[in-house]
Amino acid sequence: MAHKDDLGRWGERVAAEYLESEGYSIVDRGWRCAHGEIDIIVHREDCTAFVEVKTRRTLQFGHPLESITPAKMSRLRVLAGEWCRTTGYSRGRIRIDGIGIVGDGVRIESLDHRTDVIA
Amino acid sequence: MSIGRTRSISLMGLTGNVVDIEVDIASGLPALVLIGLPDTSLGEAKDRVRSAITNSGSAMPPTRVTVNLSPASLPKQGSAFDLGIAMAILAGTGEAPAESVAAAIHLGELALDGRVRPIAGVLPAVVAARDAGFTRVVVPAGNRAEAELVSGITVIPVASIRHALVAHGADIAAFDVDVLRAPDASAETISERDLADVVGQPEVVEALIVAAAGAHHVYMLGSPGAGKTMLAERLVEILPDLTPEQSLEVTSIASLAGVSQTSQLATRPPFESPHHTATAVSIVGGGSGVIRPGALSRASRGVLFLDEAPEFSPAVIDALRQPLESGHITIHRAHQVAQFPAHVQLVLAANPCPCGQAGLSDSDCVCTPDRRRRYRARLSGPVLDRIDIHLPVRRVARARLLDDSESRVTTAQARARVVTARATARERWGGAAPASQELRAGRFRLAATVTAPLDLALDRGAVSMRGYDRALRIAWTLADLDGTTTPTRDHVGRAFALRKGLTA
Repeated sequence: MAHKDDLGRWGERVAAEYLESEGYSIVDRGWRCAHGEIDIIVHREDCTAFVEVKTRRTLQFGHPLESITPAKMSRLRVLAGEWCRTTGYSRGRIRIDGIGIVGDGVRIESLDHRTDVIA
Repeated sequence: MSIGRTRSISLMGLTGNVVDIEVDIASGLPALVLIGLPDTSLGEAKDRVRSAITNSGSAMPPTRVTVNLSPASLPKQGSAFDLGIAMAILAGTGEAPAESVAAAIHLGELALDGRVRPIAGVLPAVVAARDAGFTRVVVPAGNRAEAELVSGITVIPVASIRHALVAHGADIAAFDVDVLRAPDASAETISERDLADVVGQPEVVEALIVAAAGAHHVYMLGSPGAGKTMLAERLVEILPDLTPEQSLEVTSIASLAGVSQTSQLATRPPFESPHHTATAVSIVGGGSGVIRPGALSRASRGVLFLDEAPEFSPAVIDALRQPLESGHITIHRAHQVAQFPAHVQLVLAANPCPCGQAGLSDSDCVCTPDRRRRYRARLSGPVLDRIDIHLPVRRVARARLLDDSESRVTTAQARARVVTARATARERWGGAAPASQELRAGRFRLAATVTAPLDLALDRGAVSMRGYDRALRIAWTLADLDGTTTPTRDHVGRAFALRKGLTA
């Protein structure tokens, strides 16, 4: 497996641990369908969040969250709808979150959690 | 999460409006959103600001940044808001002292490396900032000299974003950078054109002095090579220096036209001589997006010289009619209205016919009478009626060329006479020249015996009412030049001759 995929997987693990520590319960991880993949799906207090995780080693090429482009956002939106349809979800609100992690695969330099990024 | 504020100036014509720049640094994915009716070049500010902030060693907040330019209804254009947007963002992130940034006006375009580029129209913008009651204005270092022409406001020239941060009291080191400059206006050339160069045409020179003294429009008609262009160029030299307000107006227009960097206030009246292929918009001003002043406004307080006037499109010449009367031009576009000054002294020059030979004794005109008439008709009656002095310019005979006995008037002498005459006029009118009504029937009415030649012409229908008023004004100018308190019958006669120069 490529080096960058290792880092991404590590970042997703870190994000999942962080979300659990924040009181979220993990609903699914790496959920796939024809449109793509949702990194993490969590639930807390009547709200389900679809979380996109981005990991980078340094800030040299910009913040990891900067790589979530408008195109990526609209795909996440479609994916969220697709997940609701497939699972028959109707328990409450949904939202899309972004988590940006800077770290080298061992040590976490920073972790940014932005909630409800689709305004 | 946090808010940063500052202010900038949006120019519409010469009028500057204070624009509030608000920056909201909120949670959300990294984005820079610009709202408040920006045009394309302002919309691109997003990318310039982002690069400039990052490349000057500051951090662009990795969150959603919303920039609002208010009042939202006012169309804003150009790149002069870049510096303000960047400083408001840095005030929002806490890198710049927020209070200091909020209290100042910021003007300047950003280069991608974080340096500040000079902009057009700094002078009117700084004047607007001062008039709006601001005490500090941050300008590009390249515009320093121009901004400092305005008194009563502290000008802070900055070469880069870091310099601006330091100027606001941020505790960082400012590196020296090469200041970005606009091409400098070539140092004012001392005019080599002296009125004394005009040989053998004392009556024409005298008429020019009258035109300069009374700011009368001139129409010169003469065959090619008679010296029409030479005379027009010398007219501007014998005009008096600009007053301080005029000087500010002239320099503001030059700054707005943005042709070059202005570093000193203009002291001499401008001279514009557009080519006859000019369009109406290039003469009166206009353009899509930014309304720019035309040749008419750039020549305000000076001379607008239209050489080969019949070759201009008649629509262009006729577009001058209304601004010539009112002294300003208001340009309307779908989104905005701009007003520019148009206090020009109009000088038209024309050949007597397309081939230019009509009226010369030693050569034959090849134009048919109809062709000649059509050529002359391209200058419409209403325009010519607005022109006070009609001046036939004839070729100089060899005898007069060699005759050194007559003393020629130098520019310095002529200007001195013009200045004295204008001072006399100002004292008598007590400010601006009175309305025509006043001249005809009011306080400045002349005795019937004095105006007899004009009255007769009016009765015969040889002059229009406007022509009558214009001739009266020339008579007053002639009296001022001669140092008499009121015009005599002789002055009125000469005025009428100048007015009707072509038919005399």
